Amino acid sequence: MFDWKWEFAWEILPRLVVATGNTLLAAGAGYAIALVLGLFLAIAQRSPSRALTFVVRELVEFIRSTPLLLQIFFVFYVGPQFGIRLSPWMSGMIAIGLHYACYLSEVYRGGIDSVPKGQWEAAIALNMTTLQKYCRVIIPQAIPSALSGMGNYLVGIFKDTPMLSVIGVAELIHTANAIGSEHYRFLEPYTMVGILFLAISLPAAGLIRLMEGRVRRKMGLK
Amino acid sequence: MNIFDFVAQYWPRLLAGTGMTVAQFFLATLLGVTVALVMGLMKLSPNRLVRATAVTYIEIFRGTSLLVQLYWIFFVLPLFGVSIDKFTAGYVAVGMNIGAYGAELVRGGILSVPKGQWEAALAINMSPAQRMRRVILPQALVNMLPPWGNLMIELLKGTALVSLISVADLMFETKQINGSTFLSAQAFGAALVTYYILARFMVTPFMRWLEAYMARKMGRA
Amino acid sequence: MLDMSGFPLELSGENTPMVSFRKVRKSYGTLTVLDDLDLDINAGEMVSIIGPSGSGKTTVLRMLMTLEQINSGVIYVDGKPLTHMPKGGQLVPANERHLHSRRSDIGMCFQHFNLFPHMTALENCMEGPVQVLGLSKAEARDRSEELLELVGMIAKKDQHPSRLSGGQQQRVAIARALAMRPKVMLFDEVTSALDPEVIGEVTNVIRGLVSEHNLTMLMVTHQMGFARDISDRICFFYGGKIEEQGHPSELFGNPQRERTQQFLSAVREAV
Repeated sequence: MFDWKWEFAWEILPRLVVATGNTLLAAGAGYAIALVLGLFLAIAQRSPSRALTFVVRELVEFIRSTPLLLQIFFVFYVGPQFGIRLSPWMSGMIAIGLHYACYLSEVYRGGIDSVPKGQWEAAIALNMTTLQKYCRVIIPQAIPSALSGMGNYLVGIFKDTPMLSVIGVAELIHTANAIGSEHYRFLEPYTMVGILFLAISLPAAGLIRLMEGRVRRKMGLK
Repeated sequence: MNIFDFVAQYWPRLLAGTGMTVAQFFLATLLGVTVALVMGLMKLSPNRLVRATAVTYIEIFRGTSLLVQLYWIFFVLPLFGVSIDKFTAGYVAVGMNIGAYGAELVRGGILSVPKGQWEAALAINMSPAQRMRRVILPQALVNMLPPWGNLMIELLKGTALVSLISVADLMFETKQINGSTFLSAQAFGAALVTYYILARFMVTPFMRWLEAYMARKMGRA
Repeated sequence: MLDMSGFPLELSGENTPMVSFRKVRKSYGTLTVLDDLDLDINAGEMVSIIGPSGSGKTTVLRMLMTLEQINSGVIYVDGKPLTHMPKGGQLVPANERHLHSRRSDIGMCFQHFNLFPHMTALENCMEGPVQVLGLSKAEARDRSEELLELVGMIAKKDQHPSRLSGGQQQRVAIARALAMRPKVMLFDEVTSALDPEVIGEVTNVIRGLVSEHNLTMLMVTHQMGFARDISDRICFFYGGKIEEQGHPSELFGNPQRERTQQFLSAVREAV
């Protein structure tokens, strides 16, 4: 290939591998936050309180329609203005976790809505409490149809972690930028980062699809 | 300084940035829709080589980050003798990225048209191209417009990344203002609201209108 | 506030009906589905509701199962108010807690079975006894297996609903409802979604229940012959009211009202 230096590629590989670890850590931690927070956002939108439903609905819409990059800057820079100093990692996790919590809340909502009305009625006929209805009947059936959305956003959060580089989280792109400006070579680091992303996200997407089918079968849902 | 004083003082730069964001959005949309149509159709081609090309394109652009693609196009392409300015690199990266996602929507939309429509078009002896253009695509378009609405919001949000290669869009101007004034809440707050207005009161209503218009044209509403 | 003074806090006495609808009204917007319905069902009685679609038949069952709220009137089950609860010497609309305590008297089978797809037949039957009644798993299993035996589904107890035919699913659903030991059983068009050749296996189970158990049952059905065979009483619904009711031989053999006659002859022609 044009001007590709294998020697240089080998030399920077260890640094990129370490950065891959950071990227995966950021994606994993952000996703964990999003999974839990998203559930609260989804359930809040089913609450009997109209005001709460409205406020949460609008908040989710707002966060979903504005750029994550801007939200990362917002969390990182606005804190200090009011005397709250957050580390890049902390700010990044808050921003990306909140952003994806909004997406996941929509996935959960869709999953819950996909459960037929008759299931709610059967649960009432068995005299279940609200908690029992959700835990025993609705959520187990909502999960299979929510799984593909949840999987897509796991891969999505992984691909959005490069934005954390702008506040100094040492993930893949941040490291590639550093290597590039140290050696004045961009071909190898950026290309390798691209390949690393592909090497992780393609198998991950396949694995998720496999798992989805397995869960559905295990639950007796065809 | 409250947000109103802030906007009163910095509105020319915010407006210029918003103009650039809108320009990037339009050009990326144009490119993205074209790429989506071409790649979506190619993925349905009976020719294996054509199909493989589309699959490769789609998987590469969906499997890596927009930011990685942007940097690659801006920093690495020149090494191959393809030198493009930052303005072009910006909308090209965003458009090609969104095009890969759109290709899947195009493919899904076409597959959602009932088989009977293909057969009916064949029965009146239309050529394959006629069938696609006159019968299948119009129906596919109506079916795939709703998910395109979401994709257009993603595209708008994606344009914020062009600030990282110094295209002077809204994100870039905001960061600059923040850097010189340290009025972070005001600067980033104003930008968030502007993006929200663009998304919620311009892009989404337009897509809704388009959906209704197309549905009417197809006699479905 | 509605005047609730005409409704006693409790029904008592020798002949207290198991289920009692008192001036029950239900409407959706301007559409009145039930118009001041009065209906008593005695303990151990099997009552079938027939009538044209839109006459409010299914609504009667859904209100009794508390799936729908009523607009006025009171429903009593086993002498105690279901839709209302006593408070300060007067009846007020029931809260969720009251509904939870009273619902245990009632079981229901649905047109579309509504089995839980993520549980096996046995797990479907055990779910209520374990989770709601607080039985031990062993007790619930014994009870459920006994009932699955009764409905002839014991051989399929470890199958998920997606592997069962409609008739089999409905039989499991009957076992699931019975496992809660209700005093009143509701059957809402339980054969309407079934293929003709499997209707018999479900009606036979219900027949068995009528002859061997002292359950109070209320059934909405389109199967006139079946209703005639097993019911103690038939109610013909028309326009949200009981147009005519009586013993099956009277109502089918010698209907008094013109609308009943029209309906029955229309049904006979269709067969």
